Amino acid sequence: MRPKFTLLDKPLIERILEEAFQLIENPGVRVAPYVVELLRSAGITVEEGVAHIPAPRARRALESVPPEFYLYDRRGRPAVHYGGDDVHFDPGSSCLNILDCDTQLPRPAQSADLVRLVQVAEMLPQFAAQSTAMVCNDVPAEIGDWYRLLLVLWYSEKPVVTGAFSASSLHTLLELVAIESGGQDALRRRPRAIFDVCPSPPLNWSEFASQNMVDLARAGVPAEIVSMPLSGATAPVTLAGSIVQHAAECISGITIHQLAQPGAPIVWGGAPAIFDMRTGRTPMGAIETAMLDVGCAEVGKCLGLPTHAYMVAGDGRLVDAQTEMESGMSAVLGALAGINMISGAGMLDFLACHSIEKLVIDAEAIASAKRLIEGIAPRGSSLAVEMFAQTGLQGDFLKLKETRALFREEQHFPTSVIDRGLSIPDAGAPNILDRARQRIEELLSAYQRPVLAPDRETELIDFAEREGKKAGIVGLPEILRPSAHV
Amino acid sequence: MLENPFSSMRQSIVDGAPDRALGLAQEAVATGMSLLEAINNGFVPGMHDVGEQFARGQMFLPDMMASAEAMRAAMAVLEPELKRLGSERPMAGVVLLGTTKGDIHEIGKILVGTLLTAHGFRVHDLGVDVPGEKFASKARELDADIIGVSALLTTTMRNQKGVIESLEKAGLRSQVKVMVGGAPVTRRWAEEIGADGYAKDAMSAVALARELMEQKALPSVTEPA
Repeated sequence: MRPKFTLLDKPLIERILEEAFQLIENPGVRVAPYVVELLRSAGITVEEGVAHIPAPRARRALESVPPEFYLYDRRGRPAVHYGGDDVHFDPGSSCLNILDCDTQLPRPAQSADLVRLVQVAEMLPQFAAQSTAMVCNDVPAEIGDWYRLLLVLWYSEKPVVTGAFSASSLHTLLELVAIESGGQDALRRRPRAIFDVCPSPPLNWSEFASQNMVDLARAGVPAEIVSMPLSGATAPVTLAGSIVQHAAECISGITIHQLAQPGAPIVWGGAPAIFDMRTGRTPMGAIETAMLDVGCAEVGKCLGLPTHAYMVAGDGRLVDAQTEMESGMSAVLGALAGINMISGAGMLDFLACHSIEKLVIDAEAIASAKRLIEGIAPRGSSLAVEMFAQTGLQGDFLKLKETRALFREEQHFPTSVIDRGLSIPDAGAPNILDRARQRIEELLSAYQRPVLAPDRETELIDFAEREGKKAGIVGLPEILRPSAHV
Repeated sequence: MLENPFSSMRQSIVDGAPDRALGLAQEAVATGMSLLEAINNGFVPGMHDVGEQFARGQMFLPDMMASAEAMRAAMAVLEPELKRLGSERPMAGVVLLGTTKGDIHEIGKILVGTLLTAHGFRVHDLGVDVPGEKFASKARELDADIIGVSALLTTTMRNQKGVIESLEKAGLRSQVKVMVGGAPVTRRWAEEIGADGYAKDAMSAVALARELMEQKALPSVTEPA
């Protein structure tokens, strides 16, 4: 039996959906001029920038969403299954700062940090996908948006969870992924990337978000809605009320998306959080935030849609017990909830900072969470009696062939990041940060850049140089030269 | 024994009771009480208490919002009356507030505006979703001393930098101090984008605004030739 964690019963989900459908009709949803004609042509009233979406129209849009789809790796293998209760993880995205590996103090993230993180994530099987994890502060802002994606594509063959910072840059990002995939059609057939799109709470599809939704649908590249109700600030204070708002934002976004291209892949996702009434901060590690994530995903699942959430992030400013307690708890809850893609690993300090050390520790929490959802399986025709028949009351189970045959399936073996007493040092035990650092070095020394066909490599570089030139930049940062070693 | 009117005023703010604060302000006008004293000894100390209790974690943001509402109700009566009598409070500085482009949230900004007003600043609130150019043009029009830019989302806080760039383009950067705040904003971010200060909450925004005004008052240092 697959263990499962739920927070909402059927009547409550029905009430949530009923109120969400009410909200999208009245007061309605703010939309950008870019989608007004699209909505009106479907019979939806749009007055003064507010769309009033009737429930039957929204329900039709929900019905045309594919219940499942895959993201593919560079070799064309299905690597992420969005749908059902499959669970995948990727590192948190678009972070401005990194916790310096030597000083453990936050500083603006650089290209080399992103590359290092991508290389580590590439080596960790717990991460089914990469993310454009950081904003590179050492490159001009004009190219920062697509440059992150270029680095990820350069150093990884895993699928990528990404997103554009503006309406116009989306097309540059799409073009980059298309080059790497072998063309627009190849990208459409075997999508390598999924693009996050964030409505502004409450109930506002801004110019940028509206345009991204339509353009992604028409490009046939998966979109992932990241609705961000902040309970008590930009959303009702109650968790149930915030889940209603999340549902309303997702349903209205899906309506726009499916009107642009029925059947285009889209994910019911989000980064909801409570709003701390003492500080005005939005704690990602709060248990109520995890409850919101689980509740929101449950509503999406009830509609038969692929799901996403932002979890495995802690709020401490250091990689410490608080940060890891919060991250570990939410990893477990997200996995038990069967959320298809869980973003956020590696992040701390209210999503303001990334840490590669935390990423490798989070990978251990994720591995444990994945073991948990495998559940307790009856293996063999007898659970215990046959083994007792062999060993009697002597209890010498270590010698049994069943023990040798089954222990690997029963027990998960963490890496050296987790102290299980594997090595006992002479003087003092290394703390978890030291163990994480050591693990990072091991992973980096084993990393090899995945092969990219030379013609595509050249095309990527040419494209990047052309785009850079448009922004007044000559050449490319050294990190992107084919011979560069980081 | 009649209750001290100043302590009633103070308490109306602490309790977050706009109707009571409004009534007390109207009563002060009707009875000919010194309105400057009503503000300085009654309502402002109430707001000060609220700020202190908030800093100690004894009051919460919804309480503070209610107190700000009460303060606004009282000031809406007292300030026009003071103006009519020609005895306006000494002005601490002109502050232009707004939420950055793409962001429609204003809780923090409202609190900051209320507290700044309570402490003698003349506050002009540009509202939400304000582009950098609008900050710059309004700053020129009002001859603003300080611009306060708020952002609630990580996706919109980047636009705080745009406000500074707009001021630079307009040639106003040296005349206007910029302070930034909002849930995702940090001191480090403020330094990174070249803001003059960061305030983590409404009370510290008042202290920061005063500090920035002191900096403005200092004679400017010119580079040696």
